[in-house]
Amino acid sequence: MRDVAIVAYAQSDCQGNAGAQNEVELIMPVLQEVYKQAGITNVQDVDFTCSGSCDYQQGAAFAFVSGVDALGAVPPIKESHVEMDAAWALYEAWLKIQTGQAESALLYGFGKSSPGELPIVLSQQLDPYYLAPLWVDSIAFAAMQARMMLEKGLITEADMAEVVARSRRNALANPHAQLKGEFSVEQLLAEPMYESPLRKHDCCPVSDGACAMVICTVEKAKEWGKPYAVIKGIDHRIETHHIGSRDLTRSVSTELAAEAVGVGNGPVDIAELYAPFSHQEIILKKALGLNNDTVVNASGGVLAGNLMMASGLSRIGEVAMRLIKGEGKRGVAHATSGPALQQNLVTVLEAQ
Amino acid sequence: MAQLAAVVGVGQTKYKTKRKDVSIAGLVREAAQNALDNAGLTWKDIDAVILGKAPDMFEGVIMPELYLTDALGCNGKPMLRVHTAGSVGGSTAIVAASYVQSGVFQRVLTVSFEKQSESNAMWALSNPQPFSPHLNAGAGGYFAPIIREYVRRSNAPYDAGIKVAVKDRLHGARNPLAHLQLPEITMKEVEDSPMLWEPLRFLEACPSSDGACAMVITNEELASQSPGTPAWIRGTAMRSEPTMYAGREQVNPQAGIDCAKDVYKQAGITDPRKDLDCAEVYVPFSWYEPMWLENLGFADVGKGWELTMSGATSLDENGDIPWNPSGGVLSSNPIGASGMIRFAEAAQQVRGQAGGHQVDGAKTALGHAYGGGAQFYSMWVVSSEKG
Repeated sequence: MRDVAIVAYAQSDCQGNAGAQNEVELIMPVLQEVYKQAGITNVQDVDFTCSGSCDYQQGAAFAFVSGVDALGAVPPIKESHVEMDAAWALYEAWLKIQTGQAESALLYGFGKSSPGELPIVLSQQLDPYYLAPLWVDSIAFAAMQARMMLEKGLITEADMAEVVARSRRNALANPHAQLKGEFSVEQLLAEPMYESPLRKHDCCPVSDGACAMVICTVEKAKEWGKPYAVIKGIDHRIETHHIGSRDLTRSVSTELAAEAVGVGNGPVDIAELYAPFSHQEIILKKALGLNNDTVVNASGGVLAGNLMMASGLSRIGEVAMRLIKGEGKRGVAHATSGPALQQNLVTVLEAQ
Repeated sequence: MAQLAAVVGVGQTKYKTKRKDVSIAGLVREAAQNALDNAGLTWKDIDAVILGKAPDMFEGVIMPELYLTDALGCNGKPMLRVHTAGSVGGSTAIVAASYVQSGVFQRVLTVSFEKQSESNAMWALSNPQPFSPHLNAGAGGYFAPIIREYVRRSNAPYDAGIKVAVKDRLHGARNPLAHLQLPEITMKEVEDSPMLWEPLRFLEACPSSDGACAMVITNEELASQSPGTPAWIRGTAMRSEPTMYAGREQVNPQAGIDCAKDVYKQAGITDPRKDLDCAEVYVPFSWYEPMWLENLGFADVGKGWELTMSGATSLDENGDIPWNPSGGVLSSNPIGASGMIRFAEAAQQVRGQAGGHQVDGAKTALGHAYGGGAQFYSMWVVSSEKG
């Protein structure tokens, strides 16, 4: 496997409501930022482009087609799209670089969730015959998961509040975060229930925005003369959709992906985990085998702002940028998709 | 560098207006099981699944790969979902090929589907958007003006489209899986069918189908142990351009020209009409055959219709370069699968497994798909020879 370098990453502010801005307007600033970081002019300077988005956020078939308008794809470019979080667009591009068919790639993810009711919209990603007609929303699934953990004695409500307090505190240093502040566990536990046992702050907010990344071979990164972090391994796994067949208190697919990329083969200095609900961070830490030596979600994570379809790629970008800045030598980034952590992607990154 | 990869199994469903006998999971499972059987493999032999389909609104299921993981035997394995508009079936096959060409995976399953009877594709494509003019016309209404411009520029006879509509349905009658079975179709019948979008008549448009297509792709070593003839993947290419920009050539799009040049170069093809034995090309509306004959370099610009009218693309007229021997998109169109069906049918031709629509001695074939406003392209060349 060739090492692949991350040379540029940018994320927009997590906005609760981007108003009249369309997807192209959300994407263009982050593209300009990564071009600048990588020292390239435009999309014509990379060999491959891949994006991640979901039609249902915009409420239109082919939502990603308008995204192409942000690129300047004249003359025509080599381009692809996944109807998944853009972390999987990175995976497709990483494979492309492994084949030798590309030396560099541009990736982006975007989503404008504010016009709809995201948790209800996501209920339509369930089995269309048995589950979707029940309109079980994404928060209800997460609440069931949290309830099982509490009843098994695996966590306490204070553990969940602890995750939130740390997220809000870390987000103070993140200019793109939507929710930030200094809160005590006691203050958080005094808040009312939202969907029991979840309080509102246990759930990620709905955010509009985009992120972008440029990756390339290590040789290319040296040629460009830019600092970079290296993807040492990337793997993703899915597990059964049937919620009753899963042990919701574990993330088996994360464990499998972590094993495949060798998360445990060395110390992990920093980790960014895509945990849209506070208790899921605890599940993921365990599945990844992380201990208290690892700084988790220094950005505040997605509890501080969740760019649906971009947040997974953002986790990887966050770790890469921190490694480039010298905050650690080895990091892990995680992305998720589906109800109650059904599908998970794990990346191991190292400083240059 | 890229490792050699090959198609060792192909499975399809019967295509029809409504597959009421199966759920969406049952539909994809049927195609996938057929592909595994064709490859002489079982579910546990598969390392990863790559799923493709057109917009989720066609069935009303968001990211259906989540729900379909159980039906596709993917639990505990990697699942990826591709969506590149109408070209998606082809793009998905290309992404699946890259899993193996990268050396990361040895044997993968790729599946694409559409169960169009779950909704109405034309209206799923036409919901009004806040920042764009409302088209309200479906795909036929979008492409008809571009076809009229082709007819004007090339001085093509009015019945070139009718000829394609008949030819592809006669091909489809040789293929038991094809949705439309019209062995008695005539030029007059097509001409007398209602005009939908001038110059496209009802019988010059593709049907709306339920169906799925699947392929097993393996590395060189495993392909050599496979029971059937492998279809070696000799080249893959994708290109995209924006739907609209000042000066955009819509009749003969640059992205299609570039994509074809790229895939021919990889496969060592200099004269596509001579070097290829047949082609499965995405022709959802009759006139796109002469248009793509030019775009893909089989004919000079303005001369594609001459090739069509001469019978060169017809199996029944012993043409030298049969196009869409399976009956093509004009005979079966489960949108998200239609591109992969082109790629898979090209593979079946070079594997000698195309049955009643086999092109005698076919060694090298082109699979082609396009999508969006004729702006997304995916193509591959497969051959019975490694090259």
